[in-house]
Amino acid sequence: MQELSVRHLLGIKDITAEDIQLIFETADNFKDVLNRPIKKVPSLRDITIANVFFENSTRTRLSFELAEKRLSADVINFSSSGSSVKKGETLLDTVNNILAMKVDMIVMRHSSPGAPHFLSRHIDANIVNAGDGTHEHPTQALLDSFSIREKLGDVAGKKVVIIGDILHSRVALSNIFALQKLGAEVMVCGPVTLLPKYIKELGVKVELDVRKALEWCDVANVLRIQLERQQMKYFPSLREYTLYYGIDKKMLDSLDKQIVLMHPGPINRGVELSSDAADSHHSIILNQVENGVAIRMAVLYLLASKQ
Amino acid sequence: MQKRLIVNHQLLEIMVMRLCHQLIENHGDFSDSVIIGLQPRGRQVAQRIQSTLKAILGTTVPTGYLDTTFHRDDFRRRETPLAANATHIDFLIEGKKVILADDVLYTGRSVRAAMDAMISFGRPANVELLVLIDRLYSRHLPIEPTYVGRRVNSLQSQRVLVEWQGSDTQEDNIWLVTKIEE
Repeated sequence: MQELSVRHLLGIKDITAEDIQLIFETADNFKDVLNRPIKKVPSLRDITIANVFFENSTRTRLSFELAEKRLSADVINFSSSGSSVKKGETLLDTVNNILAMKVDMIVMRHSSPGAPHFLSRHIDANIVNAGDGTHEHPTQALLDSFSIREKLGDVAGKKVVIIGDILHSRVALSNIFALQKLGAEVMVCGPVTLLPKYIKELGVKVELDVRKALEWCDVANVLRIQLERQQMKYFPSLREYTLYYGIDKKMLDSLDKQIVLMHPGPINRGVELSSDAADSHHSIILNQVENGVAIRMAVLYLLASKQ
Repeated sequence: MQKRLIVNHQLLEIMVMRLCHQLIENHGDFSDSVIIGLQPRGRQVAQRIQSTLKAILGTTVPTGYLDTTFHRDDFRRRETPLAANATHIDFLIEGKKVILADDVLYTGRSVRAAMDAMISFGRPANVELLVLIDRLYSRHLPIEPTYVGRRVNSLQSQRVLVEWQGSDTQEDNIWLVTKIEE
């Protein structure tokens, strides 16, 4: 059978369309496992995985931990708060100390773009990037495309718009790579200050008017405004952002077609999405979370078999 | 590669018929019994047994397919990773008499994995194993079939190939394949 072309999942940029398909097919099988009375398989029982989180996370961390436990791996969790990182230990030292305890895989989130790439050049363990700064968040993009495939049958040929803070979003970049590799058309939409200057070079359409973007698309992936990453004012106020870029149920209902609404979470209700839109039948936000576990099981399983 | 025909399509039909009658002897009207084919190649065995039983008894025995990939004990010990197949079991096996069906019994490792995987669907009353071909003296585990089509002596370097009409060839046949070193 095929296997992944990579030893680490650092970003969608580094993997092929075949890799993505293989991950999806494996995830289909794991999704089936997750719907059984006993939701656990013994595949990774001799593997130890460290979840190393240098940045806050709820969904990704829980989802990874659950995926690891469903595969029967041993799991250790590490978060930078309350650790020796505060005492001045370097990233490489921290990770080497964890690896000295015989750990086989590292799932890492870090606020610096490229941190997992740096690590992959210095250590032997398989690395899964769970988000590196504003760079990539590969498993999120995989589960987003997987959810589109599940809802619409295929990703190829679909029109997907990513709306919001493209500049600070690792989800946006990974999604652009994944969707393009799978043959979808991608558009980004947001205030001009939140769109990277050279985004067009990635081959995406750019739209400033959210209404026109929604009329164009089959799927809208709405992103959170990442205030914690913004070191300057990119727009006058959140209220003004909501006024121009917020999506509500009324707007969705006024379109002459059904679109699929996605959000990688956490939602700021009343900012980028109104509550009635987030909870409407357009939304597949909770399906995304459900699929996240199956996708992460597939990624961990396939990488572990590359040992 | 050298192929020797060990069971032709007429013989295979008789064999399946005999296995079905043996099953009926033990399971009566199959009211508490289910058939589970082991993916990938036990699937057709299970289908064939189910359709033959339907022809004889007129009842449809619940039949499912079980994939054992995630339960195998050779994960990370093989050269190439194993491809997973779909599991399709739309009934609970709690308290049922389970007939596991596969084409060839060799080391017994996939049957062990199957018993492990099967427990995710409940605790069966008992489990039996039906195989078309039992390769003698090759077991790695203490596993023996309950119903056997044919016992064959074979070398480790040989392989037993079960072909089904339609999916593989024009006729049902069972071959003993010998790889010739070049």
